[in-house]
Amino acid sequence: MTALQMRLPVSFRLEPRLTAPRWLSPALTAGALVVALVISGVFLAIVGADPIRVYQHILVSSFGDIGVLSDTLVKATPLILTGLACSLAFRMRLWNIGAEGQLLMGAWGASAVVLFPLVPAGSPAIVVLPAMLVGGFLGGALWGLIPGALRARFGVNEIIATLMLNSIAFAWIQYWVFGPWTEGGFQMTRKFPPEAWLPRLSDLEAVVPAFRGLTVHAGFLIAIAAAVVVWFIVERSAWGYEIRLTGDNPRAARYAGIRIGRNVLLVFAVSGGIAGIAGMTEVAGVVHRLQDNFSPGYGYTAIIVAYLAKFKPLRVIPVAILFGGLILAGREIQPSGVPAMIQGTILFCLIASEVFLRYKVAIVRRATRVASAKAG
Amino acid sequence: MDLVLIMAAGIGVGTILLFAAVGEILAERSGVLNLGVEGMMLLGAVAGYATAVSTGNAWLGVLMAMLAGGLLSLLHAIVTITFRADQVVSGLALTFLGTGLASVLGEGLSKSGAISLLPAFSIPGLSLIPVLGPVAFTDQSIMVYVGYVLVPATWLWINHTRPGLNLRSVGEEPAAADALGVNVAATRYRYTIAGGVLAGLAGATITLAVQPGWFGALTVNGRGWIAVGLVIFAQWSPFRAAAGAYLFGAVVQLTLAMQLPPTLLGLPNPFYEYHPNTFFLEMLPYALVLLALVLGSREAMRKRIGAPAALGIPYIRGERGR
Repeated sequence: MTALQMRLPVSFRLEPRLTAPRWLSPALTAGALVVALVISGVFLAIVGADPIRVYQHILVSSFGDIGVLSDTLVKATPLILTGLACSLAFRMRLWNIGAEGQLLMGAWGASAVVLFPLVPAGSPAIVVLPAMLVGGFLGGALWGLIPGALRARFGVNEIIATLMLNSIAFAWIQYWVFGPWTEGGFQMTRKFPPEAWLPRLSDLEAVVPAFRGLTVHAGFLIAIAAAVVVWFIVERSAWGYEIRLTGDNPRAARYAGIRIGRNVLLVFAVSGGIAGIAGMTEVAGVVHRLQDNFSPGYGYTAIIVAYLAKFKPLRVIPVAILFGGLILAGREIQPSGVPAMIQGTILFCLIASEVFLRYKVAIVRRATRVASAKAG
Repeated sequence: MDLVLIMAAGIGVGTILLFAAVGEILAERSGVLNLGVEGMMLLGAVAGYATAVSTGNAWLGVLMAMLAGGLLSLLHAIVTITFRADQVVSGLALTFLGTGLASVLGEGLSKSGAISLLPAFSIPGLSLIPVLGPVAFTDQSIMVYVGYVLVPATWLWINHTRPGLNLRSVGEEPAAADALGVNVAATRYRYTIAGGVLAGLAGATITLAVQPGWFGALTVNGRGWIAVGLVIFAQWSPFRAAAGAYLFGAVVQLTLAMQLPPTLLGLPNPFYEYHPNTFFLEMLPYALVLLALVLGSREAMRKRIGAPAALGIPYIRGERGR
């Protein structure tokens, strides 16, 4: 870097901005996305794929017609919920990387309601589904409380703790689907009874024929409702103010008398609970049973979703739909690592672009710099 | 179960973690937190394996793996040191990018073919020491021996050389280091890249020595993250990192060995009788990391030692840290 600077006739200096124009932030985000797609395109071309065709394929097979759009919304549902979970925690600068594990434990909690069963078998949907929702929230919330408690009590780094708990949660799911709940030794449980299925749009086919074959389920509405609730908590409630203040300036928050340890626990529990609901909507809305690999890493993509949405709950919705499309289309793209690579590149370009939000780049001619150095 | 064999295998598996952890210690000692170890290891693993397959030379593979890890960490350095972006998010992005890139590059690589591996040998004399000889100096990969040299060398470098003093000063008090004429940005670049090179080496140690073959993202399987956790447990000391890495490797090997025999300590083996129980064994290493983090954090609190003071904070001359 320094060697590079020496050979250039000009050098660059970063000058802090006191204010940034309103258009700058969205423009930078859009610019970062374009740059990320160009860089990914170069990678794709290097490994012998046609980038234009790959991007075209992603667009057509995720937003091309009403059928695939419905499938995209199905993929977006857990992304909205886990994206909200990450946004809430990240807003307080708590790096909850454990949405994936919390989603898995939520799926387990919702399944337990049906499979143990925790509500009498044969109960109507109006009883079973809310019970599953509570089971999902509790499963995720308890799993989120562990890193929260470790962080608040012992100062344990929550990034590593949540990642370890993701792996433990995965082994826990495997134990149940291979062991006590297995159906014939395959890595899945028996199919849930229809009372435990979230209604799909296609269920209304008899009334509205146009809904035929549309897979989008009531979980999407749950996700939208959750976004509104989280928005209210973060942006409008007193507790949300404490969260935001602690995230922006922990020292000021402490002087203001905010009980940070208690908030760490609460935020982790609520964040985990929301991710747990994503697990519930997946088992009740999509697979209708518990399997060991029903999540293609929603909880990890959620980190990028939250970041792209700038931790703003309502912005999580459109961003999650975009990434839902990428995940949907990505299933058929070869090589299989392409979606992860594009996601990583997008995140990189985003954070790199933020420097322009905080600093003005001044171009300094080398000659003048040498002169001023002599003068000084 | 042969405990000597388990411990010997544990040292091999531990060496992977050791390289990654020592690399991360170097980066963090300069004040740069790099959470992208998992991605750098995976890219190093695939670069090393692919090179060894196509050239037939495992050493070229090692070289390419170190280059790949170094290049990826350069990206982190540019984004966090020059662009002053958040180190946590950049590290996460590095993991996504490295994992995705590695799967794209590794597509179509055979699962495990006949490739030339790095040599394994015994050390004459040392291998005759009772217990320690068969555990540490018999039929081990050359990478294990490199690890034995690397740990004290890194410790000497950090604690007893002039560049090591500069490294520590940049990580603890960059403004003071800057005033004394140490180039903070260049130092951070150097050690961040060194960390990446060692993470790449850790990846090659998997695919070309300890657990040969390419199995996609499962090749590294979260061990990059474990290495990051190990650094906290080790309190940024190479010797403690080595002890933790070998211990961890031995526990992993023990959990594997415990699944095989029909009886354990004279009782029916629950992991043999009912296969799903083995998933609890799989949780054990991760639970162990959690425990190590709790113990490490408590000890750090009591002794009032901790992370390098400037860890995670971008340095800007004339501005106070956040």
